[in-house]
Parts: sequence; structure tokens; C-alpha cells
Amino acid sequence: MIFLLLFITFFQIGLLGFGGGYSMLSMIQTEVVTLRGWMTMGEFTDMVALSQMTPGPIGINSATYVGYTAVINAGYPEWAGILGSALATFSLILPSFILMIIICRFLLRYKSHPIVESIFSGLRPAVVGLIAAAALLLCTEDNFGSPTSSPWQFWISLGLFTFTFIGQQVYKMNPILIICMCGLAGWILF
Amino acid sequence: MFELFLTFAKIGLFTIGGGYAMIPLIKETVVDKKQWTTEEDLMDLIAVAQSCPGVFAINISVFIGYRMRRLPGALMCALGAALPSFIIILAIAMFFRQFKDNPTVASIFRGIRPAVVALIAVPVFKMARTSKINIYNSWIPIVSALCIWLIGVSPIYIILIAAIGGYTYRHLLK
Repeated sequence: MIFLLLFITFFQIGLLGFGGGYSMLSMIQTEVVTLRGWMTMGEFTDMVALSQMTPGPIGINSATYVGYTAVINAGYPEWAGILGSALATFSLILPSFILMIIICRFLLRYKSHPIVESIFSGLRPAVVGLIAAAALLLCTEDNFGSPTSSPWQFWISLGLFTFTFIGQQVYKMNPILIICMCGLAGWILF
Repeated sequence: MFELFLTFAKIGLFTIGGGYAMIPLIKETVVDKKQWTTEEDLMDLIAVAQSCPGVFAINISVFIGYRMRRLPGALMCALGAALPSFIIILAIAMFFRQFKDNPTVASIFRGIRPAVVALIAVPVFKMARTSKINIYNSWIPIVSALCIWLIGVSPIYIILIAAIGGYTYRHLLK
């Protein structure tokens, strides 16, 4: 049953995943963590960190990771987890594969068509909202600690968040370097 | 045929952190070295691949593969772009599962998690600029984000509504 749901979920994400890896992350987060409960918000955040540090597109990386983790979390054995990761990755790719071939054959010039342009005038701003929501949904006790029960972790986390935000937005630091530095800080401080 | 697979496996492997870092690499390999297509043609393909749903790396590899060798070529290129990262991430997921409860690993990731949240927050502001958000349409991202964050609406519905909304506004209301 979980295999059928994995197929449907990732096929939908592949079909409607406009706007690149981050907007797909927002879909995976809602579908996989909030609606299906296949993994926790903390596990999801770790997954994002691991997908960003490793080569390959974020969409593929997260589908592979979620497919494996969801099936294992549901209590299935190792081989089923591997099957789950292959299925999730395949389902994510399938719709865009079909779509690309159709476009390649029939309508490569569709980009400037007024209908397509009007659809994108709505899609583009919505994708910005999707990514904003992904960031907001990650502001949980799982990721930051709480100011009352774990103030040490909370204030350090807030500091690391600010450091990363400024480092990336203002100084354009390499994200992998930032992740490594924050990992080091976590190792020393927690 | 195997060359197609290998080329995109290489391109897929060097995309660290996001799809657009690979554009110069694709151009160098596909246009300059292999001369499979012209630069102008590639720019057109990139523009279409970016506006299509799904993973950008897969979209562009299917395009080029199909141009070269029809369906088998498209399959080879897609497989090449996906397979290396699939194997690496699967190995990491299996490995990480055994170590995530280790106290050292747990404390390292407690430091990384806030950084990840910030890394997702940064592109919001970048994309707001590139997608021409102004005072008239700024309500769209705000309402979308609040619907997902506070009410728990799936982003899938937001995308569908935004697409239908954009079409309706331009063609029926104006």
C-alpha cells in the first residue's frame, strides 16, 4: 500500500513541481511530513542538509532519501526500502520525461504563447510563497529547541540561523562550507 | 549511446546544491566539446526546461537525448542524470539511519538544522526579485505561504489554483 501511495505522491510532485528544487521541497514537506506522517520535521530537515551537501539535483536526492526512509519507518525490511527509493525517484522523473518528449516533438515554441504566459503570471509569484512556507514550516521545536525548556539550544540555533542567512544573502558564502561550519559548532556547543 | 549516459552522469554528479549551477557545465560539454547543439539552441532548450515542472537536470537531459537519438537517447540521458545521485543518496540514507542516534552525530545535526532553514529562506528573497513581485501581486506569495503554513493547504493545490487564476485573470477578466 505504501508503494502505491509513494508512486501517487511523487508523480504528483513531478507533474506540478514548477519552480525548481526548493518549491518541490515544499511539496515533499507537506505531502510526506504533514499529510502522510512518513517522517518527522526533524528527519526532513536532516534530509535537506544531506541532499544539499551531496552531488545531484535536490529533487532527485530528496525523492530517493524519502522513498527509503518512509518505507523503513513503516517497518519494512531493508530491501523494501531500496525498492521504495527507486520507486519514488522513478515516479518523480516519469511525468517530466513524458512532458519533455511531447514538448520536444510538438510545441517547442510554446513558451511565448499567450495562454502559457498568463498561466505563468500566476505560477511565478505562487512559487515564491511555496518556498517561504517551506522555511516557515521548518521553524519548529524539533529544529530550534524552545526558549523555555531548552534555552541554550534555542539561542545558539537562532545565532546559527542568523549567521547562515547573512553569510548566504550578503556575503554569498558557499552553502556546503556553511553547513560544515554549523555542524562543527553543533558538535562543540551541544 | 553510452557516451550520452556518461556525459549526463558527469553533469549530474557536479550539480551540488542546485540545478542552475550546472548550466555553464552543460554549455561547455554539449556545445563547446561535443558540438551536439548550438549555443542559441541550447539557450532555448534551457528556457523551456526551466519553465516546465520537474527536475531541471532531468528536463534538459531528456531534451538533448531525444534530439540526438529519439526515445532511447532520452532514456539514456535521463538515466545518466539520475543514477549517480540516486546511488550516492541511497547509500547515505542507509548509513545515516544507523548513526543518527549517535550523540555526536545528533549534536552535529542540531547545529546544521537552523542553517538549513536559513538556506531555504534566502532563495525566497532572490526569487521575489527575479519573478517580478511588486505591490500589486505581492499578495499572491503572502497568501500562498500563509495558506500552507497556517491552514495546512497542500502546495499542490496552491500551484493548481495559481495556474488557473493566472489564466482566468488574463483571458476572462481583462
